[in-house]
Amino acid sequence: MESREKTEYWRWGEYQRVMPSRDLNNSEIITAGVDVGSVGSKAVIMTDGKVHAWSVMRTGSNSSDSAKKALGWAMEDTGLTLKDFNYIVGTGYGRVNVPMANRAITEIACHAKGANYIWGPSVRTVLDVGGQDVKAIRCDQKGKVVSFLMNDKCAAGTGRGMEVIADLLKIPIEEVGKVSLSVTEEPKPVSSTCVVFAKTEAVGLLRKGWSKEKVLAAYMRAMSIRMSELIEKVGCEKDFVITGGQSKNIGIVQRVENILGIKSLPTPNVKETGRDPVAAGAIGAALYAKALYEKSSKR
Amino acid sequence: MTISAGIDMGTQRVKVVIIKDEQVLSQTQNFLGFEPTKAVEQAFEEALQKAKLSHEDIQHVTATGAGVEMVSFADSTVSMMGADARAGACFFSSARTVIDVGAEEARAVKCDERGAMLDFVVNARCAAGAGTFIEAMSRALEVELEDMGSLSLKAERASPINASCVIFAESDVVSLIHRDEPKTEIARAIFDAMAERVSSMVYRLGINPDIVLVGGVAKDVGFVASLKRRLGTELLIPEEPLFAGAVGAALIAGKRAARRQQ
Amino acid sequence: MQVITYYGYQDGSGEYYIVIDAEKCNSCGDCTKACPQDALKMETMLIDLEDKLVAAVTEEHRKKIRYTCSPCKPESGQVPCVQACGQEAISCVWNPLNQK
Repeated sequence: MESREKTEYWRWGEYQRVMPSRDLNNSEIITAGVDVGSVGSKAVIMTDGKVHAWSVMRTGSNSSDSAKKALGWAMEDTGLTLKDFNYIVGTGYGRVNVPMANRAITEIACHAKGANYIWGPSVRTVLDVGGQDVKAIRCDQKGKVVSFLMNDKCAAGTGRGMEVIADLLKIPIEEVGKVSLSVTEEPKPVSSTCVVFAKTEAVGLLRKGWSKEKVLAAYMRAMSIRMSELIEKVGCEKDFVITGGQSKNIGIVQRVENILGIKSLPTPNVKETGRDPVAAGAIGAALYAKALYEKSSKR
Repeated sequence: MTISAGIDMGTQRVKVVIIKDEQVLSQTQNFLGFEPTKAVEQAFEEALQKAKLSHEDIQHVTATGAGVEMVSFADSTVSMMGADARAGACFFSSARTVIDVGAEEARAVKCDERGAMLDFVVNARCAAGAGTFIEAMSRALEVELEDMGSLSLKAERASPINASCVIFAESDVVSLIHRDEPKTEIARAIFDAMAERVSSMVYRLGINPDIVLVGGVAKDVGFVASLKRRLGTELLIPEEPLFAGAVGAALIAGKRAARRQQ
Repeated sequence: MQVITYYGYQDGSGEYYIVIDAEKCNSCGDCTKACPQDALKMETMLIDLEDKLVAAVTEEHRKKIRYTCSPCKPESGQVPCVQACGQEAISCVWNPLNQK
């Protein structure tokens, strides 16, 4: 059994960022959103509804600890303490276990809101391809959710499913996209979307003499079809964006765009703008925190 | 008197049974590997040799299973559900439900006393519902496949694992092992999850005893225990559950041969 | 206006969802009582910054909805939860792939 530490290909790494240009002293409302997923935990700090600092890390065995760690890390080098926050919202799978949150909101609403912040009011359809789930979201120009579908039952289309083929072919996950696009002609997809059976098919294709890139292309095409089917269920309307760990996989991005017949909006410059698609849920939560705080202070 | 053969072309193995009327003359199995057509020819030859017969002696060959199109020399085919129903009724005259859990597919079939198939539910194309799940977990746990069952029987509780997908379960198992979760409880969780899935198929048909369990997984004591617990009924298991499909196909082949004789 | 959630999944064997429109839902809870598997519950959802009690599939059943709903025979098009709803807020998507 290969060691998991060595093959954690699809985990895109942990990090914390602070926006240099934000000034705390001139800020009225300080809020935070904490998104505790089954795989990753993200915390976003906002000042007056603009991203100030954020963290992305792996969820540990305890949701509550992960929430505290994520927010604590996001707060690093900001000079903030917990008392400074006007309102905190918890979201994600572990949202009920965010001890410092004023309330919890489902990821359904938060992801749509986050996408609206990151890409603007033109975004209508979001494909979020996470490590162990795929989400298809339709939203309106205000970032209100119109349709939400999450598939976390089946590995097909998830980052974990991609890791399986990367492991098999011994190709680093950061390169699978590029390698899959190096085929001269796009092969038919593997007939099975079940990752276990698709892997067996891939082994058979390799034995038949298929090149690694051809096998990879066939596998990715099948996974892209699955993702596209989920988007088609909620309906695909422009503008369309792809978020989550697999959004960096150009093999998936191009195939999904090709199948759906629509181009996705490019990712904004994360470092300069703080608009990090990986943290979309936490961004939405922090925005809801601001809105709820404003609503409560009006009374 | 008719001599017939049944060929069950599964996803992992081919099973061949030769019968005379209702008596089994010989049976063989072969792993398909990467040359399935060769595997089935070899298995058939071996079965003929064991029965001391030649191909011409076989009046009718009926094939069944996922790979049924690959059996080029079959005279006819029958659905897996039909074969299961026929075999179940032959093994146990009281059989009214047959559960067949194979490597990649699981089925529940409702039948009457003559072995005619009345209704069925299939769980296909998802590894989490079939024998592949147990195999994958045995690798993740670093336990021999044959030992998984007895290992699970030692557990008092089932570990919390994401059993909706084999791939997710494998990840869960890795982190659970790191946290010193007992392997017995993980094994138990896997069999419980499979039993829940399989029993849901049975509920869909309605619980109609007696319930017969066949297929490769039927020999696994862990799975049988979890399934009995889940269904709350006894299970009838033939001595060679792996050959049920082939036996059923052979019986149907015999009937078809007899009809042609008339 | 709609706020639709698809509870369920698609896997190799087909697609199975219980679909609930939180805007149409009037919080009556009739569907939760009609479900013989206790798979539905009332949940608070924030819509337009207001809390609303809406029907949802329980966490426990979302990943096995095919098996949960199977006894109600969704392929017949008549399932108790859908029939219980006076607002047409709940519907069922049931598309198993063809079986041999």
